[in-house]
Amino acid sequence: MAYRKTVASLVAAAALLGTSSASYAATDISWWHAMGGRLGEVVVDISNGFNGSQDACQITPVFKGTYEETLTAGIAAFRAGEQPNILQVFDAGAATIIGAKGAVIPAQDILENAGATFNIEDYIDGVRYFYADSDGKMIGMPFNSSTPILYTNEEALKKAGVEAPKTWEEFEAIAPKLKEAGYVPLAQSHLPWIFTENFKSRHNLQFATNNNGYDGAEGTKLVFGEPIKNHFTAVKGWLDDGLFGYYGTGWGDNQTPFNEGKVAMWLGSSGSFGGISKTVEFPFSATYLPYWDSVEGAGTGTFIGGAALFAMSGKPDEENKCVASFYEYLTSPEVQYMWHKETGYVPITNAAYELAKKDGYYKEAPAAEIGIKQLTLPGGEWTKGYRMGFYVQIRDVMNREYGKIMSGETSVEDAFATIEAEGNKLLERFAKTTSN
Amino acid sequence: MKKVQFQSRWLPYLLLLPQLAIVTIFFLWPAAEAVQSSFYLEDPFGFGSTFVGLDNFTDTLTSSDYGRVARFTAVFTFFVTFLSLGIALLLAVKADKVLRGASAYKTLLMWVYAVAPPVAGLIGVLLFDQHVGPMVDFFAMFGWKMQIGVDYFDTSFAMLTTAVWKQIPVNFIFFLSGLQGISKSVQEAASIDCRSGLRRFWTVTFPLLAPTGFFLLIINITYAFFDTFGIVDVIVKNEPGNNPVTLVYKVYLDGFRGNDLGGSSAQSVILMAMVFILTIIQFRLIERRVHYT
Repeated sequence: MAYRKTVASLVAAAALLGTSSASYAATDISWWHAMGGRLGEVVVDISNGFNGSQDACQITPVFKGTYEETLTAGIAAFRAGEQPNILQVFDAGAATIIGAKGAVIPAQDILENAGATFNIEDYIDGVRYFYADSDGKMIGMPFNSSTPILYTNEEALKKAGVEAPKTWEEFEAIAPKLKEAGYVPLAQSHLPWIFTENFKSRHNLQFATNNNGYDGAEGTKLVFGEPIKNHFTAVKGWLDDGLFGYYGTGWGDNQTPFNEGKVAMWLGSSGSFGGISKTVEFPFSATYLPYWDSVEGAGTGTFIGGAALFAMSGKPDEENKCVASFYEYLTSPEVQYMWHKETGYVPITNAAYELAKKDGYYKEAPAAEIGIKQLTLPGGEWTKGYRMGFYVQIRDVMNREYGKIMSGETSVEDAFATIEAEGNKLLERFAKTTSN
Repeated sequence: MKKVQFQSRWLPYLLLLPQLAIVTIFFLWPAAEAVQSSFYLEDPFGFGSTFVGLDNFTDTLTSSDYGRVARFTAVFTFFVTFLSLGIALLLAVKADKVLRGASAYKTLLMWVYAVAPPVAGLIGVLLFDQHVGPMVDFFAMFGWKMQIGVDYFDTSFAMLTTAVWKQIPVNFIFFLSGLQGISKSVQEAASIDCRSGLRRFWTVTFPLLAPTGFFLLIINITYAFFDTFGIVDVIVKNEPGNNPVTLVYKVYLDGFRGNDLGGSSAQSVILMAMVFILTIIQFRLIERRVHYT
């Protein structure tokens, strides 16, 4: 089994490392990341694997806290001229780092400069262009990539005699039965990501002007049409009827009731797979993020969330070469498959996906394949992602207004008017930070 | 007062230097930087910046959310100060009268002082957690279904309770030592003149405690403004959402979480001005009424 082999070689490499390091002058490169807990351990495994696989380069991963903290640390270090070679930046921070012209070396350039082959078609659909510029050049190397999917408590579905819904119309039909069976039918963990960004992608709807923001920060404005407003009106209705549970903005607060078996279905990240399979005591499964059949052209794929690796500029050539060879190692099918299996994040290349299939992984864990299958669903004009600055604050505005919708403090119409006004104001301000 | 003469006229400056250096490096310099960057919109990496005049200030002051945060901060500061001073004073007066086992009581009341704000916040989170919190179960018995992180008022209540609980001990220590500093003869004279304990307290003890009280008032307002950061952070779990946050927390959110250096600097300049004005008011209006013995 290829997977076993990879682990074995990683272990061997780690063992070797202890004996053979420092006997030659390897080039040191640093990698600042935001992967805590179990994910952090796998990051260390990958680094050790890379260090053991060759002699020229030595990578050191450093844990820097949350995504926001890691980005802020990277920025502060960059301004002081002490930046790491590789910085992990999350989806909402992508516009900040890509917008700062000259802060990063595009992944494609760093690989090609080092003489490596790079073909963007090797990467799976939903991953390919999210961290790319408007010309389609890959800037950030996708690393931990996930997408929102629907987890189901199989016991609950069986008890209610229903099947997991494909569409929201189907959900509305089965939800009362789940409620009767004593469950809160549905919860979700991230309203901006799942019910806004990916809602747009799943229904192939425009999210922002300027090609969803990819064509430049100046003049980018949010676009909210009827479908998303109708969706939130429906969600609020479900909440009032006891068909939906809202437990605040915190991710865990919403996942806990599902893990405890109180909530029958939960919308979370495909990357939650590993954690859920270790926690829950009931049989669970997963399926695609539902969509409204009534929206024309709906049912397209989603794009990735998570984070990417960015090669910081201002480093000597030999270090950049090492970053390139680390990228090559990282994107190799074996390493991607190991990462996928250990963490639940999707493999980012087609080759790695093929390897997982060939290895029979999805036969033992079919739910693990849902995320990647959803990412490779047919795309459309608006499914490659979005690029907006000050997006962390825009998400905060969304969370605040959605929270007000849920608590009845505001109407759906007013909430979206506020999000649009404040979001556009933030976008306008961001455009001024990048121009000179 | 005895006058001390230095041999060299440079020596006093030399001795002052470390203090001046600290003030300059950790306050004046960053404050000047904040004032400067509040007039710019800047790419966080430092590649580009646009001079925007007072835009950052007008954007901040006209945003509906900033008004809400400012109102919450005012209400929060008032209640934290009032409740933690009030409760601490009550406890100190009662503890002052205890003769037997006094130190045990005092220790029980004081240990909380050693708890760091984020840890206090964590304890608050555990107590008020919407899924497992014992306080939530407790209030549920009275028909109050608390939902921290969902309901604005419930979250405020949890924050306030935790912040007050954390601050009572320090006030208690000061009030108690203040009370013990009041001379026995004054108290005895008062008890001959007046039988009402309550009246004695308001007319004799309280005015004598005023210097301590004034000092604590300033300390508590500063605490509610700035030091509750850790509590707020832990309770909202780094996700502001529709939760109450204080002005200082918003500076952090926009500056360090959202990388909006200009906007965040403008907010901190506003905050600096507010604290400055507040301090002047405190010293001008209230301190005049305080008599130091």
